[in-house]
Amino acid sequence: MKKLLLGNEAIARGVYEAGATVAAAYPGTPSTEITENIAKYDEIYSEWAPNEKVALEVAIGASIGGARAACAMKHVGLNVAADPLFTASYTGVNGGLVIFVADDPGMHSSQNEQDTRILARGAKVPVLEPSDSSECKEFTKAAFKISEEFDTPVIVRLTTRVSHSQGMVEFAERENYQLKPYEKNVSKYVMMPGMAKRRHPVVEERTLKLAEFAETSHLNRIEWGDKKVGIITSGITYEYAKEVFGNASYLKLGMVHPLSQKLIKDFAKEVETLYVIEELDPVIEEYCLQLGLKVIGKSKLPLVGEYSANLLREKLLGEKVEKTNEITEEAPVRPPVLCPGCPHRATFYVLKKLKLNVSGDIGCYTLGALAPLESVDTTICMGASVGVAHGMEKARGKDMARKTVAVIGDSTFIHSGITGLIDIVYNKGTSTVIILDNSITGMTGHQQNPTTGFTIKGEPTRQVDLLKLCQAVGIDRVRVCDPFDLVGFEKVVKEEIAADEPSVIIAQRPCALLKHVKYGPVLTINQDKCTKCRMCMRLGCPAIVDRGDHIEINATQCVGCDLCPKVCKFNAIEKAGGQNE
Amino acid sequence: MSNLNIMIVGVGGQGTLLASRILGDVALSSGLDVKVSEVHGMAQRGGSVVTYVKMGEKVYSPVIEKNEADIILCFEKLEALRWIDHAKKDATIVINNQRIDPMPVIIGKAKYPEDIINKIKADYNNVVDVPALDLAKKCGNTKSVNVVMIGVMAQHSQIKKDVWVKAIEKTVKPQFLEVNLKAFEAGFNYVAGK
Repeated sequence: MKKLLLGNEAIARGVYEAGATVAAAYPGTPSTEITENIAKYDEIYSEWAPNEKVALEVAIGASIGGARAACAMKHVGLNVAADPLFTASYTGVNGGLVIFVADDPGMHSSQNEQDTRILARGAKVPVLEPSDSSECKEFTKAAFKISEEFDTPVIVRLTTRVSHSQGMVEFAERENYQLKPYEKNVSKYVMMPGMAKRRHPVVEERTLKLAEFAETSHLNRIEWGDKKVGIITSGITYEYAKEVFGNASYLKLGMVHPLSQKLIKDFAKEVETLYVIEELDPVIEEYCLQLGLKVIGKSKLPLVGEYSANLLREKLLGEKVEKTNEITEEAPVRPPVLCPGCPHRATFYVLKKLKLNVSGDIGCYTLGALAPLESVDTTICMGASVGVAHGMEKARGKDMARKTVAVIGDSTFIHSGITGLIDIVYNKGTSTVIILDNSITGMTGHQQNPTTGFTIKGEPTRQVDLLKLCQAVGIDRVRVCDPFDLVGFEKVVKEEIAADEPSVIIAQRPCALLKHVKYGPVLTINQDKCTKCRMCMRLGCPAIVDRGDHIEINATQCVGCDLCPKVCKFNAIEKAGGQNE
Repeated sequence: MSNLNIMIVGVGGQGTLLASRILGDVALSSGLDVKVSEVHGMAQRGGSVVTYVKMGEKVYSPVIEKNEADIILCFEKLEALRWIDHAKKDATIVINNQRIDPMPVIIGKAKYPEDIINKIKADYNNVVDVPALDLAKKCGNTKSVNVVMIGVMAQHSQIKKDVWVKAIEKTVKPQFLEVNLKAFEAGFNYVAGK
């Protein structure tokens, strides 16, 4: 059977066909659908872990326990999971252990565009890189085999274009994989200095063996064509190169770490001009340069952003694709926005009104940095809002804490905000942390998390009580409040930032996109009452539109959340009837 | 044979992903190689979204670039303008005449361009202007704009109607099937200018 699958769905199918039985992950674009789809298979235990570090530890445990185990994350997630990764590289595996890491060249949905191959090289684990959905599945199965054969975790590196493109995938049966026996093996699995010293040489030797394997592995292939031009490439850039260079010769690398010296040298020898085409960092190129090969790569191609066929045409061949129409008008940009009905809108409206410094975090609410809300001052990484607020206070004194808050989502708080909060308590900070509790992991498309009361498979489970959790780490001032109660919420924020001790405000209101959230009816502006004071425009709601001579509500966008009537002093916003789901 | 390149452009939340899934399914039934490239994550939140559908004997890059699209389904006028450079000169361009203001326009920092559809018509011969939102409303659900657009496209395609209907049946949730089939018919039977 052939099906059209996203790269991420194909990975999930590969995990299934490989006979894996445990999968753990933390959601992150563009990796999320891997685990969402794995969870659809009853045969595989799947979970959303609180963060990538825990997810990888669970997968390591499952591997040591004898199962084939999978773990998925976005590129920055691997930073969080780097600690277990670097040492799991030493311990090796029992059942196959494969880590799927999705990079985001072009930063469609990320805070940086780091290249996973760099971290993987540091951890000394092999990296496979598929180019399309079909390879996603095949490489996944190969990765489990390599993991077991070479006693190593294996990373399958993806990029946004591969993860989020659908291609044809041929299905196969699931392997009947039997759990490997579990045996206590202290010298392999207890990494204290004495044992680790003996494991490190094993790792170095393994890398050499893997490079030897790379020489003949079917994962790497040469496509001989015209030998005037030779191209070394991998992943999505192979597809772009094929569009541009057609019948040239290709060394398509499926295994991008370690690299095979012989394979590359043999290929280079045969071709006149040698290009290395890879997005982000010059990993393959630098290796070629070390080998003394003359290659064209980053001297012409950018280190930043996503590549495309046209980019290769322009940078490598000097062919610029011209536009063929006479239309000169520029389309204004359309940045992402907080959805109509979003609970965060109310929070940021209040924070802006109070002119507070806001250390922000990763999630939908990062959009609170954009006009007109423009509340957020900083966004660094998952959980950073809390430590950053504390650091600002320690740099500038308690007065700073009187006008600063940290904002962090429920899932992000569990991911790595809680440790920052413990730091504030322990080190006598007085910051105010606002947990934006919208009852779901929003930005990545509604995943359950430890605060929602449901598992990835939708089973009810014990719910982390945020109130008790904050109290337990030593926060005496914990307030729970609905941000849509603008007056009450503002009062609470003022009280808590004024307090000379740390405090937490749990701003509770569910994501407007959750099925059980029913607003409505749609609102309309009574033009007879409207004075065009534009207070409602300060909410930055995409449903409220300034037409110049009047303000109106776009009935197809409005969800009837009833926030805007609360900022209208003239009672001009009324219910129109009709409803949007 | 060269590839058939179709783009779907619109605003996050308009249901472009579902439209691309239907289109992908139709493409698959053609027996050709197919690739569909989507946008997920942050950009989806009310931002500009684009999906590429490519089919042919062998498809390499999943991305459609400047002057390469045979068909562009534009779910919103401004998005039509944004992506028009991707159209071939003889491309079929289906434009939903809906206007959704982006935040810079909403807050008065930019102007929504005027007369977009006529400007595009001046340069391209095969432009179909569709009141997809009105048609969707008549079918009973404004969310079915995406399937109305698919209907209009089906009318202009060589592919048999029942292939499209089957793809819709496979792709949409059962509880929304009836309204979506109605929406498809509305698009399929839509005659420009009426």
